[in-house]
Amino acid sequence: MPSGNLIDLRRRVRSVKNIHQITRAMKFVSASKLRRAQDRVFSARPYANRMLAVLNSLATRVESSSHPLLAERDGEQIMLIVITSDKGLCGAFNSNVIRGAARYIEKDAVNRELSLTMVGRKGYDWFKSRPWPIKHQYLNIMSRVDYQYAQEIGRTVSQYYAESQLDAVYLVYNEFASVTSQNVVVEPLLPIRRLEPAVENETFLDYIYEQPPAVIFDNLLPKHVETQIFRAMLESEAAEQGARMTAMEAATSNAEEMIDAVTLQINRMRQASITTEIIEIVSGANALQEARSK
Amino acid sequence: MAEKLPGKINLEIVTPERQFFCGEVDAVTVPGIQGYLGILPGHAPLLSELKNGVITVEGDGAKQRFFCGWGFVEVLSDRVSILAEVAEASGQIDAESARKDREKAEGLFRSRPEDTDYKQALNLWEQAVARLEVVESSKD
Repeated sequence: MPSGNLIDLRRRVRSVKNIHQITRAMKFVSASKLRRAQDRVFSARPYANRMLAVLNSLATRVESSSHPLLAERDGEQIMLIVITSDKGLCGAFNSNVIRGAARYIEKDAVNRELSLTMVGRKGYDWFKSRPWPIKHQYLNIMSRVDYQYAQEIGRTVSQYYAESQLDAVYLVYNEFASVTSQNVVVEPLLPIRRLEPAVENETFLDYIYEQPPAVIFDNLLPKHVETQIFRAMLESEAAEQGARMTAMEAATSNAEEMIDAVTLQINRMRQASITTEIIEIVSGANALQEARSK
Repeated sequence: MAEKLPGKINLEIVTPERQFFCGEVDAVTVPGIQGYLGILPGHAPLLSELKNGVITVEGDGAKQRFFCGWGFVEVLSDRVSILAEVAEASGQIDAESARKDREKAEGLFRSRPEDTDYKQALNLWEQAVARLEVVESSKD
């Protein structure tokens, strides 16, 4: 009996060792991907910041623009853009976003006409069997986040919004807080929140305009939406790699623990069987001796 | 006497994905919405949208040309920022596919199928032509 068990245990150790190797490799892979994703988050900042600065400075000069993307309506049609990952094995990363979105839907979107745009396969797989309509899905793009996709999504929702087919659009995604922590955020995307007009600082100067400021302003607003979506996608990508790294690290140390525990058990068993054998031999020898001395 | 004009422009070209170019240059030409704009050091503050075209950067006696998709330029007294939605150096441009794009767009203009999105076709054509210009100019 014990020997059969021993074979099982040895097999177990072998398979856990394999898992250990895989999770460890995945941890290193996500660590390097994380570094790249983080770089991209940082290198995307200058564009977004300048864009916002210019918009704000224009907002001071443009009296109440009537751009459709600024119009606030009390309508009932809302859309959530939910950003998840395409691949699993990243801890609670996806379930957090999904839960965040679902909670928002149950709390704030009751009795409202809801539609969804899913970015990433995991969220799509969960929501497709739910009663809420998915209008658009973008799958398998998170491994290489490209501005084109953000542009496409931005154009689509801006158009819906301008045509009054939507009255509010929200982004739901994992914000990259640090390598080990991600926050789910629900962020209003449309209507564009009132920009804060730049404070008239001491070096305030008026530009020469090639076009009326209002025209530039109106042309920049849709781009601003795209930039926001792009930023959310990059944040989510970095957060995903961070989550995966943490999850794989936990898995690796769990595997190590398991290997240790099972190895200990195997050694104990082997020791026990050796001890039994020795006792058998010794007592056999003793019995023989006794028999002879009689 | 007015204050001395700076001799160089602090130029920065950024795209949504990264910082594309950063450095001091002597002059820069950008494809403004109403035509090409040359900017020299000490230019007055200016804000303009950019259309598809070629950005020419002059510095150290050499000219560099970049493809620029939609964007806008902000000229301030101490620096010039170009925010381009797409920016490409000649090495990053696929001349073959640009040529195909141009042919495709020109084909659309000639045959005029009913469902043509002319705005999109024009955009495609402008981008292709500007890309090819960048590639051509880098040869000599």
